[in-house]
Amino acid sequence: MLRVRNIEAGYGKVKVLRRVSLHVSPGEIVTIIGANGAGKTTLLKSIAGLLRTWSGEIRFRDKDITNGAPESIVALGCVLVPEGRQVFSTMTVRENLELGATVRYKREPKEAIQDDLNRVFELFPRLKERQGQLAGTLSGGEQQMLAIGRALMSGAELIMMDEPSMGLAPVIVKEIFRIISELRKQGKTILLVEQNAKAALSISDRGYVIETGRIVLQEPAEALLENRDVQRAYLGRDLDAEVEI
Amino acid sequence: MRRSYIHILLYLALIVGVDLLTHALGKSYYLTQLTMSFYYSMVVLGLVLLMGYAGQISLGHAGFFAIGGYSTAVLSTINLMPYKEKPIIRLLESMGFLLMREDLYGARILSFNPWIGVITAVVLAGVVAYLIGIPVLKLKGHYLAMATLGFGIIVYRVVLGTPVFGEADGISDVPGFQIFPGLSINGEMDTKRMNYYIASAIVLVLLYLLMNLINSRVGRALRAIHGSEDAAEAVGIDTAGYKLRVFVLSAVIAAFAGALLTHFNGGIGPGESSVMKSVRYVAIVAAGGMASLWGGLATSMVLNFLSLRGYFGSYDDAVFGAVLILIMLFAPEGIIKIGRRQ
Repeated sequence: MLRVRNIEAGYGKVKVLRRVSLHVSPGEIVTIIGANGAGKTTLLKSIAGLLRTWSGEIRFRDKDITNGAPESIVALGCVLVPEGRQVFSTMTVRENLELGATVRYKREPKEAIQDDLNRVFELFPRLKERQGQLAGTLSGGEQQMLAIGRALMSGAELIMMDEPSMGLAPVIVKEIFRIISELRKQGKTILLVEQNAKAALSISDRGYVIETGRIVLQEPAEALLENRDVQRAYLGRDLDAEVEI
Repeated sequence: MRRSYIHILLYLALIVGVDLLTHALGKSYYLTQLTMSFYYSMVVLGLVLLMGYAGQISLGHAGFFAIGGYSTAVLSTINLMPYKEKPIIRLLESMGFLLMREDLYGARILSFNPWIGVITAVVLAGVVAYLIGIPVLKLKGHYLAMATLGFGIIVYRVVLGTPVFGEADGISDVPGFQIFPGLSINGEMDTKRMNYYIASAIVLVLLYLLMNLINSRVGRALRAIHGSEDAAEAVGIDTAGYKLRVFVLSAVIAAFAGALLTHFNGGIGPGESSVMKSVRYVAIVAAGGMASLWGGLATSMVLNFLSLRGYFGSYDDAVFGAVLILIMLFAPEGIIKIGRRQ
């Protein structure tokens, strides 16, 4: 579904991504884990067309989307839930969701969009209750749900999520991951970037490890969870201490 | 939506009320300045859309206003009599593009129909805005303010230094603009009242169109861009495209206003294109509440009227500069909040 080949990108003169390649197949949940500054967000932004890549190729559903306009990439069915949620805080919950469907109004009947709105409300009953409320007044968890709902409104098949658990209480994080699994059941494909590697990998099929702009490891999620280096670096298990005991 | 209909009724009542009041007080000459204020207010309304909704600042709208005014002024005063027999002129005349009239001294002048002037004004401003906007609006941040500041200065210097535009004297003896037979924008004494109503009606129509635009998907997209440009892009809003269209629209409105005011005043001078005029429009939008059409209109009518009546004396420009500073310091949300959503 998504195939990234040898892309390089960065900011100004600083190269962040160094020949990164990855692929996502339909129906998969794929997680990219890595430390701060490794290039996870940069990678997602490049795919979404929000950042120009320097070289390499990105193909989505067999179409070349390298450096395409963000709106046409969304229209093709690849959408990003940005880091830090980025909801439109001075607009209502409902308006936020309707904005998510921007690319569809021209080519689809209003009813189809209304159907999707109902489906999002089914998935997130809280949003339905608060549809008239300004998005800025929602809690962090609700805002994350709104950001995901907004992305779903685009009708995209591939949802890319940048740190959906950031800054949320553990119980909410659990809920967010439950919803992500639910989305896969509904036929969505998900590319996830997470610092909360353990939770993310436990719902994923495959995982990539990115270090200083390079993909250093690619394995099924269970294998990564078992991998001692990964455990030490990203899963917070102090193996040496365990051995001493 | 109901609320805005009430606003429209209030507006109509106010228009008629002011007319009757000035008439009763024997001060119907106020209508002249009010009519001029209406035309300036059109620029403000376009800027409300650009600043308050798309979040972009233009310091060059006086330039677009001047492009509009000067285009129609040049076309409707140019004398084509010497070329009357040329085939192209005959063709234009037979198509109704030209108009014969007598000037102050009784000489016959053949020039373009003001309709052609006004349409040219609007198209030209739209094209110029488009050309400025394409490269600038792809960038995020306040680059438009800088680019339009430069543009405004260029227009001012060009107008001031070009003989066709009358240099420092500007262009005078611009004929009236006949919209329909019996309905004409001009500065004649006996049509003062009619012109007051024409101007207020044009502003009302503009208000209505802009309100519809704001309450549509386009308006929602613009507010999203204002809220967070990155997020707007991520959900698939063509941010550069929307900003460009709004910028062009606001420039076209400014040029239209400039063209109409030029026909009303019977002329235009380089002062209309000065950068201080642009600052004045920005100050009014800021004072009116940035994203409020009604607030912008009310502020614009009051401040322009006072300015045109000379209440600010030689401090005219300083007053608007001070307004801008005070608003930014103490009431960045504007002083008038009627008609504001949430």
